[in-house]
Amino acid sequence: MAKVTYIDKSGNVYKADVEDGLTLMQGAVYNDVPGIDAECGGACVCATCHIYIDEEWREKVGRPNDVESMTLEEVDNIRPSSRLACQIEVDSGLDGLVVHVANG
Amino acid sequence: MNKNKKVVIVGGGHAGGNLIASLRQAGFSGSITLVSDEDALPYHRPPLSKSWLKETTAINRLHLKPPNFYDEKLVDVVLGTKVDKIDTIAKKVFLESGAEVEYDYLVLATGARARSITLSGGEFENILYLRNLADAENLKSQLSGAKHLAVIGGGYIGLEVAASARQLGLKVSVIERESRLLARVASETLSHFYQQYHQAQGVDVLLRENIAELNGRDGRLQSVLFESGEERPFDVALVGIGAIPNDDLAREAGLNVDNGIVVDHQARTSDPSIFAIGDVSHRPIPIYDCHFRLENISNTLEQAKIVASVLTEQPLPPDEVPWFWSDQYDIKLQIAGLAINTDQDIVRGDPETNAFSVFRFRKGTLMAVEAVNTPVDFMVGKKWIGSDTKLDMKLIADTSVNIKDCTI
Repeated sequence: MAKVTYIDKSGNVYKADVEDGLTLMQGAVYNDVPGIDAECGGACVCATCHIYIDEEWREKVGRPNDVESMTLEEVDNIRPSSRLACQIEVDSGLDGLVVHVANG
Repeated sequence: MNKNKKVVIVGGGHAGGNLIASLRQAGFSGSITLVSDEDALPYHRPPLSKSWLKETTAINRLHLKPPNFYDEKLVDVVLGTKVDKIDTIAKKVFLESGAEVEYDYLVLATGARARSITLSGGEFENILYLRNLADAENLKSQLSGAKHLAVIGGGYIGLEVAASARQLGLKVSVIERESRLLARVASETLSHFYQQYHQAQGVDVLLRENIAELNGRDGRLQSVLFESGEERPFDVALVGIGAIPNDDLAREAGLNVDNGIVVDHQARTSDPSIFAIGDVSHRPIPIYDCHFRLENISNTLEQAKIVASVLTEQPLPPDEVPWFWSDQYDIKLQIAGLAINTDQDIVRGDPETNAFSVFRFRKGTLMAVEAVNTPVDFMVGKKWIGSDTKLDMKLIADTSVNIKDCTI
């Protein structure tokens, strides 16, 4: 379980308890965080779960695999901190994580 | 404005489920009632042929939205109940439970059902279909302990289950009556790629093969006799030979029906108070200047947004390019667009590397892109379809040129 803070594009803050094994996308969808459309349900196909992860968390969160990297190449407003929320699985090591939602 | 209006949605699949979210997101504050003949809240179907068969996943991981979402958004949900009849004059639906539900707007999202095999023996209990969670649970339990699976029909459902079953360690035979897999929907390059990939994983791919008899005992299939004369033993079969739209309710109510419920650009049927969305709808596709019955997730998302815009009197969303995906083994296929009457395929990359794409043109206009393990080609191709971008086919075929530099 991890306490994850989602911040949407308008700056609204959503604090969520996300179970181990769920992805950051599922955490957002289950807590009604706007801007995470998750159209493909987590299949790494639609890039509608675009988020930014602050630098201090990047090592803990890990690096994207090839498929995610390629999918990210085409998103709008890409930054070095860009990730797809459906590809990041939650565990207690991510407790306190802050996630910025890219769309909305 | 709309807070006194009642919307009733029939069907709790992706279209019905997505519509609920879209309505509230668009600011619809009237009452929403969902009537579904399934026992589960709306859930993701694509995993049922993929990860769900291979892993142990709880249903709550499949839900489109968590159960408390429906309470929080003031949505009445009636599960496990069919709608028997629509009274379009009184504007109410009659449920099989005997209840009547009034509507101002009715949305039919009843989807499609699997086409049944018509041979005798088709009712054997180990001849299975895959449309919903109940089917998937049955399939998963019958695959466990089975040795040899017959996949009847080489379409996406069949191939995804074949891949999953192979990864579970079963022997698998895919039986396809056409000369190639995915004959109706894919390019020859893609068909041949999948055939070779499946064969390399040990799947037996039988093309141009028809079934003469399904033989069994005690209500269970034991072997399949092919028209070619060979008879092969199987202990479970999955049939994936297409889907039939569930448009009977609409037909009986006098709505215009033709391979699904006919709707206009606003997803409205021939009755102005009734809409139809998802697999059951036969709709205009503006980018392609044609009418089609789409069977994919992207359509459910788009039509949900369309109906939500109409019911909240907001501008329609921009037309979208249909998209689709399929996961088999480590192969991620993404398709943008519809390959309707294409006359030219440009292959980019080498299928032997398991990463390539096929750009499909009609009279020089890009209609569809099939991208295998190349998300960039999918995304770029999707942006090009329906736009006025002029493309250089020679450059597209040349992988030493960045795909984004292939425009004129």
